[in-house]
Amino acid sequence: MLYFLIFISAIFVNNIVLSQFLGICPFLGVSKKIDTALGMGAAVTFVLVLATIVTYLLQMLLDAFGLGFLQTILFILVIATLVQMIEIILKKISPSLYQALGVFLPLITTNCCILGVAILVANGTNKLPEGLDHNLLTGTLFALATALGFAIALVLFAGLREQLRRNDVPKAMEGTPIALITAGILAMAFMGFSGVI
Amino acid sequence: MNNSTKTLLNGIFKENPTFALVLGMCPTLATTTSAINGMSMGLATLFVLVCSNVVISLLKNLIPDKVRIPAFIVVIATFVTIVEMLMKAYLPAIYDVLGLFIPLIVVNCIVLGRAEAFAAKNSVGLSALDGIGMGLGFTLSLTVIGIIRELLGTGTCFGLNVYPDNYGMLLFVLAPGAFIVLGLLMGLFQKYVKK
Repeated sequence: MLYFLIFISAIFVNNIVLSQFLGICPFLGVSKKIDTALGMGAAVTFVLVLATIVTYLLQMLLDAFGLGFLQTILFILVIATLVQMIEIILKKISPSLYQALGVFLPLITTNCCILGVAILVANGTNKLPEGLDHNLLTGTLFALATALGFAIALVLFAGLREQLRRNDVPKAMEGTPIALITAGILAMAFMGFSGVI
Repeated sequence: MNNSTKTLLNGIFKENPTFALVLGMCPTLATTTSAINGMSMGLATLFVLVCSNVVISLLKNLIPDKVRIPAFIVVIATFVTIVEMLMKAYLPAIYDVLGLFIPLIVVNCIVLGRAEAFAAKNSVGLSALDGIGMGLGFTLSLTVIGIIRELLGTGTCFGLNVYPDNYGMLLFVLAPGAFIVLGLLMGLFQKYVKK
């Protein structure tokens, strides 16, 4: 049950995009169509879970040798390499999945929610429901839940933007400004979940 | 206007990273809960931008074209680590507030964007000026957003009371306020500056 609460907490209460402000760039960049939003969401889920596991194990190694200050450099390089590796492996093993996710994979390296969640989990500062410890299992579940939260926010937002295109928006507000206001209202709706856990 | 003033002012107005280029949105939205926080984040980014621009400009002929992006990222990550350690040691209060967003300067698109688009092609002096201009533009935008959110949200400005104590629309300090204030400011920018 507690593990289930991780999902409620990370998807609705502390949504990564709408309340933690991580991964705003893809949130604004690839949310023009629902299809691309779904693809991006799936790619992020895939990479985020893998990256979190790998960086969590590497953090143990860093701690063992007292090299904590290398965290930022090491993590960003590992994530960049991991994304490249996933791209190569996917191309070989599952061309259809590669077709679906391929375009989004290179973009993910600079998605701050990957590095952000990796650092949060490795430092043991991610928000977990009371009664759970910070370990590899809860860290991985947290990463999965966070990625799902990202995907849900992205798809909802893409749906809103598809509708928005049919409306007559004042000239000055066209494009990003109106998208930001929409995101603000969506964030307000998600605020309704605060206090659930 | 000569070339160097143009480079310097370019980042502040014409290609303002926040309002015109729409880069680095995560720290812009997350750290502007008050004017001081926004400004600190801006200054930290300014430091990284200037240092990485200078170093990358110095190394531009040594780095092979194929591995330039990883090389740039390592340079940037080094300076981010330096900022992180300095802030932890000398400004622990601000470090606690900005927290995760300090290491995340690494993935701030402005820093890598300027390295790739400007420092890798121009001289050291111009690259430094470009870093200062872009950094100042970013700091200025973050401070303005911070002032507005702090004033509306808690009725203070840089921590000084402007309105009576019990005033405050908490919404503007919380997440939705960040999106709405930035959206409206960007609309104003599009109307009056960009044309």
